Amino acid sequence: MILEVDDVAFTYRSAPVIREVTFALRPHETLAILGPNGVGKTTLLKCMNAILKPRCGSILVEGTDMLRADRMEIARKVGYVSQKCEAGRLTAFDAILLGRRPHIGWNVSEKDLKIVEAAIRRLRLEDLSLRYIDEMSGGELQKVNIARALVQEPRLLLLDEPTSSLDLRNQLDILGIVRQVVADHDVSAVMTMHDLNLALRYADRFIFLRDGIIHAAGGIEVVTPETIEAVYGVPVTVERYNGFSLVIPLAGHEA
Amino acid sequence: MHFADGTVPEDYLTYIRHKHLWILGGLCALFVLFILSISVGAVGIPAYDVFLTLVNGLIDRIDGVLHLGIPHVSDTVSHKWDAIVWNIRLPQALAAVVAGVGLSVAGVAMQSILRNPLGSPFTLGISNAGAFGAAVSVILLGTGTMQSTIAGAVTINNPYVTTLLAFFFCLLATAVILLISKVRGASPEVMVLAGVALSSLFTAGTMFLQYFADDSQLAAVVFWTFGDVGRATWETVGLMAVIVAAATLFFAVNRWNYNAIDAGDETAKGLGVNVESVRNIGMVVAALVSAVIVSFLGVIGFVGLVCPHMVRRIIGDDQRFLIPGSCVMGAVLLLAADTVARLIVAPYVLPVAVLTAFMGAPVFIYLLLRGYRS
Repeated sequence: MILEVDDVAFTYRSAPVIREVTFALRPHETLAILGPNGVGKTTLLKCMNAILKPRCGSILVEGTDMLRADRMEIARKVGYVSQKCEAGRLTAFDAILLGRRPHIGWNVSEKDLKIVEAAIRRLRLEDLSLRYIDEMSGGELQKVNIARALVQEPRLLLLDEPTSSLDLRNQLDILGIVRQVVADHDVSAVMTMHDLNLALRYADRFIFLRDGIIHAAGGIEVVTPETIEAVYGVPVTVERYNGFSLVIPLAGHEA
Repeated sequence: MHFADGTVPEDYLTYIRHKHLWILGGLCALFVLFILSISVGAVGIPAYDVFLTLVNGLIDRIDGVLHLGIPHVSDTVSHKWDAIVWNIRLPQALAAVVAGVGLSVAGVAMQSILRNPLGSPFTLGISNAGAFGAAVSVILLGTGTMQSTIAGAVTINNPYVTTLLAFFFCLLATAVILLISKVRGASPEVMVLAGVALSSLFTAGTMFLQYFADDSQLAAVVFWTFGDVGRATWETVGLMAVIVAAATLFFAVNRWNYNAIDAGDETAKGLGVNVESVRNIGMVVAALVSAVIVSFLGVIGFVGLVCPHMVRRIIGDDQRFLIPGSCVMGAVLLLAADTVARLIVAPYVLPVAVLTAFMGAPVFIYLLLRGYRS
């Protein structure tokens, strides 16, 4: 197991946000955390690398207790792509190089530069590597953010709504890259997502959160019309088309 | 995850070399300006003589300790400049360099720590707290008097008490902000707003004291707030240099942390940065540097705010280059301002604080209009 989450609860100002969350993830698995706005998806994600401290429970990444480890130790095991990332006057190369911070001593080594260069090639960012990130489009910037998390050489990748503000082309690009990385390397990925169709296409494990607890968890078999209606309150049908599963809302939800 | 098959990209190394060249160029400019700054004044000294006097003086001092009998580089220059160069102009020029470096590097750190382009060593109310301390010293303890000298209309007859009180109130302001951020969490917003509140509070306090002060006290307080590197002595320059050097080293060690915080607090935490403690400790160090400079030299605005931005526009936001670049830029700007301040209304000498903004603002506006170097 790469990730083992056991009975995690998080409380915000004495109001419970998530509770009794238990699941595990093997290498080469991509997990999508799904559920309506405000249900605690991002909270759960941030608990996994201890940006938020859960009230109770345990989170192990390759056996290391994330709630006891120091920040640097966590950063060597878990890469995190935040939903909001500031873009300063930095080249893409330097922005990605920042991902080596958990490994850098006093100065950047040749190895660090090589790893960054390889990650740039992996994400096909060669033409952008000396461009300033404050002049980049949302899709390009998101690739830089993912490359930064990759050069941390983590075992677990956490992505907070990685495609939320991207166009169709970039959504497919980004998630394709994540899937490829998870397939090629000994890593797992956890993503919070809103788009059920993208989740169905690129993830192989699913967790539906409802009222702060896991409503359903498992492989593609848990993505049923009943689950989705129970979680989102919208009647849907799940259809197959050319080998893809598609979630289609039935009528506008006039509440 | 393995990315073992990478190569070091040549174009990136070239790009990095360019940044080093900028900083090196700045250092050369600083050296030339330094000699020039010592050579001009009421008595003009040829630049080459300044250089020889400095080198020979340095040899004398080293030899005085080691007794190696090192010969002078040239005996064509007599000892006639020794007193002016070593006792008057050198400490002043060094004070400008040290204060420029300190204020500028503290500004870089504050802008990163507070995630605010308007961050500067004075954002936390340091300068107003220092001015209040000086006002307490001059008005309540009566340490200021009028004296007519060519350097300035007013002197403060007990500078130690004034300096100590200014320093005390600078540290008090910092402690209050630390306390507030301890209660409310070390968020940039809380720190900036607390700094604004404290600034107003200390300004009001100073105004209150000034209202009840007599003419000479009022003049002394106002005089104190005009930052002036001419106040520096060898002792104060030495003390400032040690603190500024230690702080600069501290900020340089933290350059990756500040780069990470610039990318956002959550990203920084994901990269292994203890954001809250980096923020609190960085703030204390920046405040300490500014407090020392303010206490000894008075309020010198603009350098800490604007020098980092000038450098950002030339070599970007990467703290690896921004920190050394800002040190050089701060030293150059303050030294240039002080040199002009000694010339512009000669034989009178303006306090440098008047000129930093006069000279820095047009340059900065030009850089703003021009945009980033592509």
